[in-house]
Amino acid sequence: MELNFTGTDVCAVSTDTRSAVEARYDVVVVGAGPSGVAAAIEAKGAGASVLLIDENPVSGALMGNDVPLYFGGRMTAATQHSERMLETVFMSMPALEEALEAGVELLLGTTAWGVYRNGPGMQSLPEQVVGLADAERSWLVGFGRIVLATGARDLALAFPGWNQPGVMGAGALQMLLTRYDAFAGHRVLILGSHDLALETALIAIGNGLQVAGLVEVRAAPQGSADLVAKLAAAGIAIHCGAAISSASGGIDGIEAAVLTTGETIACDTICVAVGLIPSIELVDAMHGPRELDGNRGGYVPRGEELVSAVGLCAGLADSGFDHIAYRMDWVRALAEVSAPDTIICQCEDVTRADLIGVQPPNYLTRPPAMCARSLETLLDDGPANPDQIKRLTRAGMGVCQGRRCRDQVAMLLAIESGQPFGTIPLASHRAPVRPLPMKILADWQEPAEMEAAWDVWFGIPTQWVPVEDIGTPHEDEHRAMLYTGMYE
Amino acid sequence: MSGSEVVIVGGGVTGLSAGWWLARSGVKVTVLDKFIVGWEASGRNGGGASHYSSPLFDEEQRLWPQMDELLGYPTEHQKGRILIAMTERQWEQYRFVAARHQRLGHPVEVLDVKQVQEAVPLAGDNCLGGVHYKFGGHANPQRSVQAYAWALQDLGGRIVQHSPVTGFETAGGKVTAVKTASATYGCDAVVVAAGPQIPQLMKQLGVTIPLAAARAEMIITEPAPMMPLGGVDGHKLYGRQTMRGNLAYGGGPHEWIDVDEAGPAARPSTPLARNLARRLAELLPKAAHLNVIRSWAGVIENSPDGRPIIDRLTSPDNVVVASMSSVGFGLSPASGHAIRDLVMDGKCSFADIDILKLSRFAGLADDWREQRGWMPIA
Repeated sequence: MELNFTGTDVCAVSTDTRSAVEARYDVVVVGAGPSGVAAAIEAKGAGASVLLIDENPVSGALMGNDVPLYFGGRMTAATQHSERMLETVFMSMPALEEALEAGVELLLGTTAWGVYRNGPGMQSLPEQVVGLADAERSWLVGFGRIVLATGARDLALAFPGWNQPGVMGAGALQMLLTRYDAFAGHRVLILGSHDLALETALIAIGNGLQVAGLVEVRAAPQGSADLVAKLAAAGIAIHCGAAISSASGGIDGIEAAVLTTGETIACDTICVAVGLIPSIELVDAMHGPRELDGNRGGYVPRGEELVSAVGLCAGLADSGFDHIAYRMDWVRALAEVSAPDTIICQCEDVTRADLIGVQPPNYLTRPPAMCARSLETLLDDGPANPDQIKRLTRAGMGVCQGRRCRDQVAMLLAIESGQPFGTIPLASHRAPVRPLPMKILADWQEPAEMEAAWDVWFGIPTQWVPVEDIGTPHEDEHRAMLYTGMYE
Repeated sequence: MSGSEVVIVGGGVTGLSAGWWLARSGVKVTVLDKFIVGWEASGRNGGGASHYSSPLFDEEQRLWPQMDELLGYPTEHQKGRILIAMTERQWEQYRFVAARHQRLGHPVEVLDVKQVQEAVPLAGDNCLGGVHYKFGGHANPQRSVQAYAWALQDLGGRIVQHSPVTGFETAGGKVTAVKTASATYGCDAVVVAAGPQIPQLMKQLGVTIPLAAARAEMIITEPAPMMPLGGVDGHKLYGRQTMRGNLAYGGGPHEWIDVDEAGPAARPSTPLARNLARRLAELLPKAAHLNVIRSWAGVIENSPDGRPIIDRLTSPDNVVVASMSSVGFGLSPASGHAIRDLVMDGKCSFADIDILKLSRFAGLADDWREQRGWMPIA
């Protein structure tokens, strides 16, 4: 190859290699909860074309991986019947009828797995797009403005025995009760006593479940007085100044919980109702601006002209309660009473000891030098970074995409490094922000130009000529066979 | 030079390996990195270690099987690779490559469909055959970069993170110190191994290094059942099954970008994840049901001929510049050795690497990137 030549790099992205956008809307709203529906109807009323999507009903396979909520294996078999679920979920959301009547286009069972736009390091998109997928396929939709109404996800907490069916989040329990009508448990012990826990307990009672009690790590109930009074009236005990020290169970999962007070409480479900975390996966994966706000439940989108957030995704209602401090109290208490070999990352079987020891997974050997390393030695190089810890320990690298452990890992790193929670960077979110089967994510309709531009690497003709062959006839053979037409 | 001070600019895999080799020779090494070691392309790549086109190949092959022991930390190195053909054209090309290896004395075996499926149970009946490289292999880039960093520290070397280099001090035709915002590091020699940021840094020393940066992408799946051999390429994809079972694959069009003094501002992935997923579902159809759980991108630099630049400059004469031209991870055990040799002895002890000298670009036009279309999209 001549050093100086004029041509076009046909192996680079170009306008021709881009996948077509299937549709284009002035406004796409992700999430059909009350805030999302309201935003969709309002946008439609203002004359915009509007697509409203919601990932519910979520497939049984995803629910089994605790995606998007922490379902804890407590769904009934009904969740495996997608058509029945579609009808049930639709009927549970009366506002959808109104949105349809207003002319909003609605897609249920459809997830938004990535939002893409040009910016630093990427100028190749023809327009800003959102990647969608249902049970059959994935596709791209262009948009003028996107409204994220993705709600909030569950905070999970590790304690001995939490990796059994029946330990689940409050968001998941409420979803199964109020929208899926598919909760498989009967007797629920609830961790937490702030409004989320109190409301969850009341919903459970309202749905005919037994509430075995609430457990509160702080000295007194944390939620509003009227909710506390309602629970008292229902005869539900709140065990204050206590945490859970272990949970035991059998083949069907949880059967009992042991509290730090020594008390054993029979239950088939332990509902972690200590916190909800705004679901900002899409914002973070698109490098959107966000900020930490403990009173609003964690990192919240800062909001942009074309990317807005509404509902819980934009942050929990600020009542002056510091959710981060509250969660830190829980994590600290559970770490104090549980053994170091307590699993923190269920997907990758990472224990707290290995997380804090920055040790590799068990299928690798740990020579003496490795054993001598720890978070403490790593901190000599700089502040704790969950993405770096993830690379070393695999905590948060599994199929649930870190939903069950990312918050706990960040809190444990803050505790162990003696730093405020806010100094620990948010572990990055990556598209697809929902696990998507390869054959669903795949673009089976890609333009022929994509294949024409596809090379395993850069398509530089001289890059892979064996050094022995340079300047011999083999060099020309090599180019003729492997690089015909690569530069035009 | 034992006992002298060498500052390495850039804690990627090349700089870290060089630092480790120098520390093994008794040099006092300081590695400066703008963020965390291995955070750019060194920790975002396919992990391949089979670079037969390079003059460093023999050393790469000699060293990888020993690296866990030499470093004292696991790298997840695994031996061997298989290249699977999915189209007649690929089959023709891959057999050409196999014949070339046979001619050069690299052990390879051409496999029929049944043999491919035995070694790669996730492959399907849709393939035409394969080529088994009984050399090369793959390792875990993220674990390996940290292993180099730790091994270097164990030998007394120093890693300074979160410290972008801002400039150099020179005297008497040598660099005497490397500066960051908060400190000045005196040195007897410097290695500049800062990837896409090399041109901007070297401009401060009056040296032009022709490199162009681009973004490339990969996808990763949930774990699949372990296959007898994890280093599976083909269908114009590169990648590997990790020792955990995940399938990590890349390939396809790259995007040329501009990189300023601060380095890549972002490494966004794009909907190319869908085109990667399609090809991986074709290459390994029995894994097509597996979830893709992440995608990511990395920014890498290329020289005009796609070959590394590993050279000790004549002025200032105590500077070694090292860009691996988008193929750095696998060659790192050998590139670090070569850099150590250039720093300490002025000459590579185990291979003729004159082809990697900067002087080969002496006649390059100033607008070489524009001429050949290695430019960001306007």
